[in-house]
Amino acid sequence: MPAINLNDEPGKELLLMGNQAIARGALEAGVKVCTGYPGTPSSDIIENLAEIAQKMDIYVEWSANEKVALEVATAAAFSGLRAICTMKQNGLNVASDSLLNLNLIGIEGGLLLVTCDDPSAHSSTNEEDTRHFSKIADLPLLEPATFNEAKEMAKWAFDISEDIKNVCMMRGVTRISHARGNVTLGELSQKEKKPYFDRNIQRITFPIVQKHNLLHEKLAHLEKIFQTCQFNKYEGPQRPDLLIITCGSSWLYSQEAVGLMGLQGSVGILKIGTTFPLPPETIIKHLAITDKILIAEEVDSFLEGNVKELAVDFSKQIGLKEFFGKKSGHIPFSGEMNTDRIIQALSRILDFPYESRDAEYEAMTQNAQKLVPARVLGFCPGCPHRASYWSIKNALQLDDRKGFVTGDIGCYHLARTSAGWNLLKTSGAMGSGTGLSSGFGKLERFGFSQPTVAVCGDSTFFHAVMPALANAIHSSSNVVLAILDNSATAMTGFQSHPGVGKNAMGENVTPIDIENVCRAFGAKVEVTDPFDLEATKLKLLQMLDDPEGVKVLIMRRKCALLSQKEEKCPFKVYVHEDKCIGEECGCNRFCTRSFRCPGLIWDTKTSKAKIDEVICVGCGVCADICPEHAIVREEVT
Amino acid sequence: MEFKNAYNLIIAGVGGQGNVLVSQLIGQTFIEKGYFVTIGETYGASQRGGAVMSHIRISPKTQLSPLIPKGKADILIALEPIEAIRVLIPYGNPYVIGLINTRPIYPVDVTAGLVAYPEMKEIKESIESLCMRVYYIDATEKALKMDSPILANMIMMGTLIELELLPFNYSDFYEILSVNFDEEKIELNAKAINEGRNAVAKIR
Repeated sequence: MPAINLNDEPGKELLLMGNQAIARGALEAGVKVCTGYPGTPSSDIIENLAEIAQKMDIYVEWSANEKVALEVATAAAFSGLRAICTMKQNGLNVASDSLLNLNLIGIEGGLLLVTCDDPSAHSSTNEEDTRHFSKIADLPLLEPATFNEAKEMAKWAFDISEDIKNVCMMRGVTRISHARGNVTLGELSQKEKKPYFDRNIQRITFPIVQKHNLLHEKLAHLEKIFQTCQFNKYEGPQRPDLLIITCGSSWLYSQEAVGLMGLQGSVGILKIGTTFPLPPETIIKHLAITDKILIAEEVDSFLEGNVKELAVDFSKQIGLKEFFGKKSGHIPFSGEMNTDRIIQALSRILDFPYESRDAEYEAMTQNAQKLVPARVLGFCPGCPHRASYWSIKNALQLDDRKGFVTGDIGCYHLARTSAGWNLLKTSGAMGSGTGLSSGFGKLERFGFSQPTVAVCGDSTFFHAVMPALANAIHSSSNVVLAILDNSATAMTGFQSHPGVGKNAMGENVTPIDIENVCRAFGAKVEVTDPFDLEATKLKLLQMLDDPEGVKVLIMRRKCALLSQKEEKCPFKVYVHEDKCIGEECGCNRFCTRSFRCPGLIWDTKTSKAKIDEVICVGCGVCADICPEHAIVREEVT
Repeated sequence: MEFKNAYNLIIAGVGGQGNVLVSQLIGQTFIEKGYFVTIGETYGASQRGGAVMSHIRISPKTQLSPLIPKGKADILIALEPIEAIRVLIPYGNPYVIGLINTRPIYPVDVTAGLVAYPEMKEIKESIESLCMRVYYIDATEKALKMDSPILANMIMMGTLIELELLPFNYSDFYEILSVNFDEEKIELNAKAINEGRNAVAKIR
């Protein structure tokens, strides 16, 4: 579906994802350079901008990592152009080194830095709250509460950024960035500007202390601007029994909770869009109208802490207040917000009972619960990673030294689950599988004898594995690195990376050959097709056997979702009814129990294996694992 | 059709069933009719076998939050039978109308023999105890006859339209479909929708 149809007239109302709204806002503000590294829930901003890059004559790139993304965007901003840089929460950790110098340096053209946080970690390894970075960096932070506001704020952020000649941050969360709602289109910017780097200005952090001081002067200036900002507003009675102060999607939940409980007459809601720095007068004016305050936000108690700070500073003026929120235990400290969490908090604070369903229905849902089997995540049917891990599992078993996998971030992270036989024993930051493996490889002198297989994907290789690989080689560490090269940043939706021959805008570029990079680094490199189970296992065993240096096995096969789009299904796969002897076999349902492809099911009526024709994509790998050769793959002509 | 202030649809299924696409088409159809629409999608890594759920929230007056509050679903479209129960547990109430695709997709733990997938009779009893009215559609079987199991979502959509539970009709939906789909795919999807519409006569 085309997201940002450039032919739509201003004033038209569309159903847009929060991230599409942010992209549209940037276009309405006249953005010229757009960068990012993919990561859910942030990727759609750059994806949508890339789609219309040619038509709008803007530059869009998927950068090698978030730090580089920020630097590429900064170059545009140094030269007077407007730029946007996007990433998920973990990405800001990578970019923070650049950010925490750039804040002192300052810029010319507006620079909007969007981070999309993932409360509840739906698609993440943590539920980090990136808002803290705005406080660390002394930079303004906007938090949209609706989809239309996401667009309007993104547009406004460039004005703020140019006003203070510094970065403006914006925080999306999964339920705004990845949700959809009404957005009213504005005019697309037609402004043209020639970029120019003024050599009279040195873009460096010196004089440091003076520039740090300047940042604080700008924060004071921002407090004044935010005082009259349309994104901060109060709705409710003049003197409420309770005031909710909230930001982001929690505003929508708060409104609904108050509505469902019928408390519009006694509970007021102050919505804050400019979360840092808080406009003191706005906050104090509203704290003064009540004695009880509930603060609702995702994830950390960021707003809560900052509001309390102001309440203490102005306590002589407004008196003592009673605060409820995460610190008081009325709102949970972890996980995403929803309307029910606010209802529970209100119910406790105001001693106001609320039941959404009667006891009889609740009892029936309890019974139903027993019927529902969990759906653990797994590799897609036809996924090369299942085959890769199958060989890693078998090689480690044959090696018999209690070896384990140090994992990384991507689809192959699912080896943490039964789908990858729980092989993955460590994972954390991007690239850390190889870094850890480099470390484990040096523990031998202390009597450590377990081998490791570090895994990473092709996009992750360029993002953060290369420094770890250099380290392993420089330290002569005994490392086996399996690069699961599926020619895609598959987990986040097939964005380009330096190893593929196309860039974000679809232009042909020279791909970097991972194999040659590893060889140039000094690693012993082999390439294998993971669907060739036997050859892959043998290559791994040889590498595990080799005590010297860094061994890299590139397991190369295109992501099944990509190949299904591009090619016809290679095989028709079926179970030969006579050859499969079912429970009699002694294989203990090896195919369905052990191989765990969702396309292989166990027919309880015949007590034999069966291929689910709805799920199977015809990769044919399972034909090699059946001890009775009962699974047949026939070439599709 | 009189519409209350907050009307909540849930589309539940498994990754790869085209859940998100249908929810977007429904959402756009409502936007064209002047409603506020909010869609919250829980998918993330669900393309890899997980449960997928879209909350479609419609209001004539205000932008609602992206998550339906507990017990507030009005219509449930389940692309897989067990997913119906999974969603009814938090969001169901005695007035829900359910449209259920009867074809199971077995979780990997089921095929691995670790846990059981309940009998269809048991599943139906449970769904019926948690809904006011339930319609069962053999959508995947119909889609397989069209050589494309992915069309089950559009077949379900056709049934939803024909039941006249929402304030839009086939031509409203077709209009949205035709601007969003590539030309060569429009007719096939429209055919699937009509399969679903025709199914209503039999299930009524």
